[in-house]
Amino acid sequence: MSKRTIIPFGPQHPVLPEPIHLDLVIEDEKVIEAIPSIGFIHRGLEKLVEKKDFIDYVFVAERICGICSFIHGMTYCIAMEELLKLEVPSRAQYLRVIWSELSRIHSHLLWLGLTADAFGFENLFMQSWQIREQILDIIEETTGGRVIFGSCKVGGVRRDISAEKLQEILKKLRSYRNQWTEIGGIFLNDTTVKHRLQGVGKLSMEQAKTLGAVGPMLRGSGVAMDIRMTGYSGYNKLGFTPVVETAGDCYSRCKVRIRELDQSLQLIETCVTQMTEGPLEAKVVGFPNGEFFARSEQPRGEAIYYAKANGTKFLQRLRVRTPTFANLPPLLTALAGCQLADVPVIVLTIDPCISCAER
Amino acid sequence: MAQQIIDIQISELLERAKEMQAQGQRLVQICCTTLSETLELQYSFDLDFAYTSFRITLPKEGGAVPSISSIFLCAFLYENEIHDLFGVKITGIAVDFQGKFYRTATPRAFNPEAVTGEVKA
Amino acid sequence: MSFLSMSKMVLRKLFSAPVTERYPFVPKVHPVGARGKVNIEIEKCIFCGICQRRCPTTAIIVTKEPKVWEIDRLRCISCNLCVDVCPKKCLALDTQYSPCCVGPQKDSYHA
Repeated sequence: MSKRTIIPFGPQHPVLPEPIHLDLVIEDEKVIEAIPSIGFIHRGLEKLVEKKDFIDYVFVAERICGICSFIHGMTYCIAMEELLKLEVPSRAQYLRVIWSELSRIHSHLLWLGLTADAFGFENLFMQSWQIREQILDIIEETTGGRVIFGSCKVGGVRRDISAEKLQEILKKLRSYRNQWTEIGGIFLNDTTVKHRLQGVGKLSMEQAKTLGAVGPMLRGSGVAMDIRMTGYSGYNKLGFTPVVETAGDCYSRCKVRIRELDQSLQLIETCVTQMTEGPLEAKVVGFPNGEFFARSEQPRGEAIYYAKANGTKFLQRLRVRTPTFANLPPLLTALAGCQLADVPVIVLTIDPCISCAER
Repeated sequence: MAQQIIDIQISELLERAKEMQAQGQRLVQICCTTLSETLELQYSFDLDFAYTSFRITLPKEGGAVPSISSIFLCAFLYENEIHDLFGVKITGIAVDFQGKFYRTATPRAFNPEAVTGEVKA
Repeated sequence: MSFLSMSKMVLRKLFSAPVTERYPFVPKVHPVGARGKVNIEIEKCIFCGICQRRCPTTAIIVTKEPKVWEIDRLRCISCNLCVDVCPKKCLALDTQYSPCCVGPQKDSYHA
């Protein structure tokens, strides 16, 4: 047996936008074990709920994560609406789905760019982010913010999108689809890219299930699990079927995300055809009472909001389980046995969002 | 979305977890809540979107529960989190960070009253 | 086998106009409805203080005597809540952001 060495990876590393530290136990060039350590950016946002009005907390919930901000706010609102026994109007639900899917498209494009950057394909990185920038422009036109949407509120949504605007968005998105199909082709067919992704960071179906993987990490290993299947916020009316790939390596996770781009556009198209005019919000009456686990599918996987309230305007407890937190144990398994040079790519394929994970 | 919350005793916990594993359930999360007198631990499982949560009530200080990380390995993250933020003693965690998982300025930030009790796990 | 699959795209980009904006030489135009800085029509304000109470970041300070409406631009998150709750509708969000600052930047408006 050759000598074992421990190499620290992070908290500052070129592929990591946010701090996570991994101690990699390596033998020659092979990683034997990885030990994570987080807690560099714990902000205590869950604790803040005891001091903030439950209606105002939606602004904090949105700021838990910078990429999936809208879905964080929306999941919080779903939890509150359940506790207040509010019925959200159908137009508001459709608008929520449209914004969720727009944020999924922009998050996946961001991920594609970061992955290209991780295996050293700078040009592909720029092309992905160029498309993403245009999606952000659509988001700014419809909600007023580029990253923090601020358009969700307890009981409904704060803004409407006119019918002409929706058609204009669809037209734009269809032209961007041609662009992302082109770069998707490079990700999936180019020999150099395949060489870096295929067979790297394997996670079997069994492992993914027992380790509690979520999102593209789980679907890339052949498990058809997507919280959108439960039909929250009107997804049940859209005919949703999850995207599943079976290989369980970095390549299949990449493929899941590229296919989800097309799927998200399809969902937006269905929403636009099904939408009818109507009210945007239900009036909030009284204070939340009881406890509820709200679940939603973020670009990175399943997010859980547990809210416990006692009939006052402050919640007793809000617990947020983000997808990155659940994806850490599968990541450690995928890292064991890989080459040191593949570590950045494997870490990126879970789409780490550390400030999300630590809240 | 069906979800149910079942109250159980600490002694039942490992048994229940084994049962869940045998059914092929997935550990979704472990959550701790500080109430005025007690702490509540919730172990949530999911199988085909049927959501089950087991609730344990603990005293605010000096509570101890066995770790389920020998049954569900992924529990070790949640258990370290609960140990660091709430000061609940959890025995036999598969990967024990000894209170170094979260680096908070105030120890046990989410349960500040429990200042006494053990430090070393 | 597929090599240099990007060359077509690269060549096309080489002969097309840049996609980035020429900021700061060309000022950035934000779309209608973008959430920028908060503006106040101070003549209409009745100094009721609702915006101060509802502001999620406590960026707004309203004093009744003397009549002053103050905002800390660094704290403000442009969430639009003050605009929503204002009874006299004297607050509005501009599409432009407030200029860069390195510390607390208080803007005061006197009636």
